[in-house]
Amino acid sequence: MSGNNYEKMWQELGLDVNLHNEVLNYINKCFQNTVGKQKNRPKTMEYFDSVLHESHGGRVAELIEEKSKGKKIVGFFCIYVPEEIIMALDLVPIALCGGTNFSVPYAEKMLPRDICPLVKSTLGLAFSKTCPYAPIKSLAVGETTCDAKKKVWDILAQKVNFHIMELPQKKNVIDANLWENEIHLFAENLEKLAEKKLNPSVLKEKIEIMNNKRKVLQRLAKLRLKEPTPISGLDTLVVMQAALNDEPVRFTKKVEELCDELEDRIKKGISPFSDKAKRIMVSGCPSVMGNWKIHSLIETSGGAVVVDETCTGVKYFKDLVDTKANDVDGLLGAIADRYLKLNCSCFTPNNDRLDMARNLAKEGNVKGVVQYILQYCHTYNIEAIRIEGALKQDNMPSLKIVTDYSEEDTAQLRTRIEAFLETLK
Amino acid sequence: MVTAGIDIGSRTIKFVCLNDNKIFDYQITDTTVEPLKKIEEVLKDKKFDQLVATGYGRYLMQENYNCPIVTEIKAYATGAYFFYPDCRTVIDIGGQDTKVIKIKSGEVADFEMNDRCAAGTGKFLEVMAQTLGYKIEDFGTEALKGSNSIPINSMCTVFAESEVISLIARGEDKKDIALSLHHSIINRVMTMVSRMNPEQKIVFAGGVAKNKCMVQLLKKKLGNILVPEEPQIIGALGAAIIAAKNFEIMTIKERR
Ligand code: SF4
Ligand code: SF4
Repeated sequence: MSGNNYEKMWQELGLDVNLHNEVLNYINKCFQNTVGKQKNRPKTMEYFDSVLHESHGGRVAELIEEKSKGKKIVGFFCIYVPEEIIMALDLVPIALCGGTNFSVPYAEKMLPRDICPLVKSTLGLAFSKTCPYAPIKSLAVGETTCDAKKKVWDILAQKVNFHIMELPQKKNVIDANLWENEIHLFAENLEKLAEKKLNPSVLKEKIEIMNNKRKVLQRLAKLRLKEPTPISGLDTLVVMQAALNDEPVRFTKKVEELCDELEDRIKKGISPFSDKAKRIMVSGCPSVMGNWKIHSLIETSGGAVVVDETCTGVKYFKDLVDTKANDVDGLLGAIADRYLKLNCSCFTPNNDRLDMARNLAKEGNVKGVVQYILQYCHTYNIEAIRIEGALKQDNMPSLKIVTDYSEEDTAQLRTRIEAFLETLK
Repeated sequence: MVTAGIDIGSRTIKFVCLNDNKIFDYQITDTTVEPLKKIEEVLKDKKFDQLVATGYGRYLMQENYNCPIVTEIKAYATGAYFFYPDCRTVIDIGGQDTKVIKIKSGEVADFEMNDRCAAGTGKFLEVMAQTLGYKIEDFGTEALKGSNSIPINSMCTVFAESEVISLIARGEDKKDIALSLHHSIINRVMTMVSRMNPEQKIVFAGGVAKNKCMVQLLKKKLGNILVPEEPQIIGALGAAIIAAKNFEIMTIKERR
């Protein structure tokens, strides 16, 4: 995230350049202390590191370039927002979320303190003139998952052009119908923004692009499960964070290259861990860019994260969109089906997520599960009780950790994680 | 073989030397603001074949002495089990942290630990003793002379301190305030303890177990609890035993 060559661009975007430099330095420091400290990383990771480093520089320049060609930028905050529809209208989707502690105090100026750090960080970025995406996007898309987000949208909507998708909280037929309807409303609103209509063959083509991206991430997830694992959980997380920011076709190609390298490492028996490292699954809240805390803590305490049951993990790529249909309605229906399967903790009852967690832990042959909960995220925190219970049926030990983006509790967290790893057989 | 354990806590450094399953030397000293210097002093004339470090300063030992480390949780479980082979639960209240550990055949089966909040830890006791003008050594015995007549509402260390200051200003008896404070800490500790469904026998270890009032109040809640003669050294002892068993003697670096 370097380069003074971007300073002019940031100035033109109306950013607070000094404060923005501080943000970049802060993120760089976090990166150096976690991702950068790892040994024996795959060579191909250089690309994904650069995606993160360029997320405020080169990527922004790219988007400005797209904009000059008449494309509009659509920001989203949650993996329930179908990127393929955005792309099919020649719009560019980009994830807008905050994983750093830096912007939290800015949000706390207006928000109550007891809101999850993800929401605070995101809102803080938007309001502190440090998010380069804020000025370039034409539309932001929120969804009604948790209460914190739902209410923050109302605040953001005063500032930017905003669309809210209503996500149902149950998964019965009536809920599925509501969701499909929301997908249609979303598409209509985007059509207005793009000033064109959805075309079935273009939509299908974009679905394929997204499906290919999902397939390659599935391939990566499989390779990661090999024993010994050829890649750290922290590095896989970096790939997932890049997935939400990078241009999808280029990204897919780069993940293929990474997978090829990993296959080679598997043949040669190369792993970033010693064979004593305990295989771990991380479950719970997403770790968006800037947030490397828990993976880093686990993997420097004797664990190896080989599965992530999170939105920055399996959820993002586990299901494909069916491409049988040949008309827009049929394809939108298939998209609705796919996205409803994501199993966010805002659903009730959420037995699908319990089953998913059990299956993933088994498939991953993990020794234990760390439930990573962001402070004040009530849905994940409360559901942790049921996840723990579900895992117990398979005698799978789990440790629940509730934390935020700050550093002050790392000594205690390290003790708890190490002690948990010590108890795993 | 002579093995040793060192437990570097936020308040004190504990050192135990073990020979043939017998403690033949131990030492407790303040951590101070220069822990490395203190560690050096402690280790200066000591002779042992193997050393294992624990406590929140264990990484200091790992970095500076290339010493294998274990968590306080495992160390306390091992140390308590050494003294009381039939114990099933260990409550360890130290300077910064409170832990409740379940033991099954000598191994950690499950544990709870407080988050960053200092309520219910030695730190809370220390701040309150100071506010009331007691030496920490006398705090418990003095509290036992009071009556539990004043409700203390704040669990948070900072708020409780101002609450205590206004109670003093109101002319309340110091001993009564002291006892009430102990009750409030016990309530906090008990939420953590009950979440773990403690099983007999229960060992109470860590620096706070030297406080007579805390011991009495915990006994009231939990029935018989066992308090080792030197509750502070259980962690260091555990580390020394682990060094002797030689199990998984390796640094975290090697574990990775
Ligand atoms: S946890 Fe739920 S609300 Fe958050 S990104 Fe994932 S799906 Fe969206
Ligand atoms: S982490 Fe939880 S509280 Fe925060 S945005 Fe996601 S679902 Fe909402």
